[in-house]
Amino acid sequence: MFTYLLKRLLYTVPIALAVTALCFSLVYLAPGDPLSAVLPSDASQEIIDIVKAQYGLDQPVFVQYWLWLKHALMGDLGQSISSGRPVADEIGKAIGNSLLLAGLASALAFTVGTVLGIFAGYRHGTATDRGLSALAIAGVSIPHYWLGIVLVAIFSARLNWLPAMGAGPEGSAGWSLEQVPYVVLPVLTLAAMPAGIVMRSVRALVAETLGRDFIVGLTAKGMGQAAIFRHLVKNIAPTTLAVLGVQLGYLMAGSILVETVFAWPGTGLLLNTAILQRDIPLLQGTIFVLAMFFVGLNLLVDMLQPLFDPRMKRT
Amino acid sequence: MNTTTAPLAATALPAIEASPSYWAGVRRRLLQDRVAVVCMVILALIVLGALLAPWIAPHDPAVGSVLKRLKPVGTPGHPLGTDELGRDMLTRLLFGGRTSLLMGIAPVATALLIGGTLGMVAGFLGGRVNAVIMRSVDVVFAFPSVLLAVAIAGALGAGIGNTLLALTIVLIPPLVRVTESATTQVRAIEFIDAARASGAGNAVIMRAHVLSNVIGPVLVYATSLLSVSIIMAAGLSFIGLGAKPPTAEWGLMLNTLRNALYSQPLVAALPGVLIFAVSLCFNLLADGLRNAMEVQ
Repeated sequence: MFTYLLKRLLYTVPIALAVTALCFSLVYLAPGDPLSAVLPSDASQEIIDIVKAQYGLDQPVFVQYWLWLKHALMGDLGQSISSGRPVADEIGKAIGNSLLLAGLASALAFTVGTVLGIFAGYRHGTATDRGLSALAIAGVSIPHYWLGIVLVAIFSARLNWLPAMGAGPEGSAGWSLEQVPYVVLPVLTLAAMPAGIVMRSVRALVAETLGRDFIVGLTAKGMGQAAIFRHLVKNIAPTTLAVLGVQLGYLMAGSILVETVFAWPGTGLLLNTAILQRDIPLLQGTIFVLAMFFVGLNLLVDMLQPLFDPRMKRT
Repeated sequence: MNTTTAPLAATALPAIEASPSYWAGVRRRLLQDRVAVVCMVILALIVLGALLAPWIAPHDPAVGSVLKRLKPVGTPGHPLGTDELGRDMLTRLLFGGRTSLLMGIAPVATALLIGGTLGMVAGFLGGRVNAVIMRSVDVVFAFPSVLLAVAIAGALGAGIGNTLLALTIVLIPPLVRVTESATTQVRAIEFIDAARASGAGNAVIMRAHVLSNVIGPVLVYATSLLSVSIIMAAGLSFIGLGAKPPTAEWGLMLNTLRNALYSQPLVAALPGVLIFAVSLCFNLLADGLRNAMEVQ
């Protein structure tokens, strides 16, 4: 058990390093000279050399990577070209908004997915099961950015019930009740796909677990439905939580499209700005933070697994 | 003991290839699956419409009239209305299918070839080769797929070619994993030892025995990836990567029609209906194939 945790922890180090290297190399993928954005086109060779030295671009690539990594780990991700502000500040402002969306969407997806999944699993093979499964596959297949557009067309344009974009006026505590209506449509949009994924896996797990010998045995011994349900939950919890953990990470990253639809001031909108303005430092910094978040989340999910799955403790 | 090993191997090999009766069974079961058949018909119609676009489209996809901007669905001469520049929607949807389907399907096909080969080699050879391939794949898995696609396409800049490249890179790792685990399972079955004992080399065993046994699950998985790929490709165009105006592409059309959401919501939503339909059909078809091939 302890060795498992240690191994998992140590395994994260090379992965995290490789991820940072990938993020670093994004600058080299971008066509054109990285300096062209800061230098006038008629700059003399002398000035070019000075600026190059200032940015450390005269050093070998490995040294550049090391310097970049050192700065990044200390919270210095460079300056945004489009706004002139430090990239870290921009991300700091945006990431809370993205976490709010992703957190609420995960909670909604988990609740809806688990409840409907268990229901469909119990009704395995019936018309109810087929109907719910169709709903789940629609949720998985729907282009979420289009779902957002359709929801706006119905609830904002036609019915005028909910605001179509933005996060609303900020309160003194960073958040105010007035912002609640702004959250509804983006969260619904973002939750559709993970709800479908959670529902499909829970349904399959429940149907499979209910057919296992120990459930048949417990039923034969006269155990009540409620007690059997407790056994069922214990058996499906570890996988469900793992699915949910990964989905939260996907939501943080995948919200770029949904945030674009709703002009939601999160990391997704930052990425969108970075792409449209060709702001490579902003792109690189945001990708770096989101990827690190994902690596950390995967680690956390794996470390927590033994808590929910006692079987793992024995191995 | 048999002393005629070599000729025996030569004659025995073709016989062990996937028996035609298995694939005949798959086809029969698939054709009995009503949902799968409906999906195949819808997909065939959309693909055919896209392929034949230059001949069947009623108008020019690039030419519009300011006088006919944003006409509703059902306008005479424009059955699906017109877009924000007065171009015929039906025409643009047909031509858009060419771009969107290419951008969604080509990366999966390429990734299937590369990822499938890498996965089979990793699973079959095992050991150090396996470790190198699988650990490299783990690194790419450390990124959520959408984020990696956005990162690569964002750094390379907009363009259909860059998006194809980004999507292919993102789709290779999951295909490597699925193929590797299927190959590892097949490798443990005794007939592989039997083939080796009868003198077959690695290349022959992989082509004749492993491939025919892993292709089922891998194809099912690739079909479900088509759904993901279509959504991602159109999504990248939607946020300004991928296809550039005035190219007709479903995701890009969704974006440029966003301002029309209040005046012509039905027209503005049309490109998304097609993305949804294609993605849903590929997913349902993958489920149908899974049942027909009896893959878990």
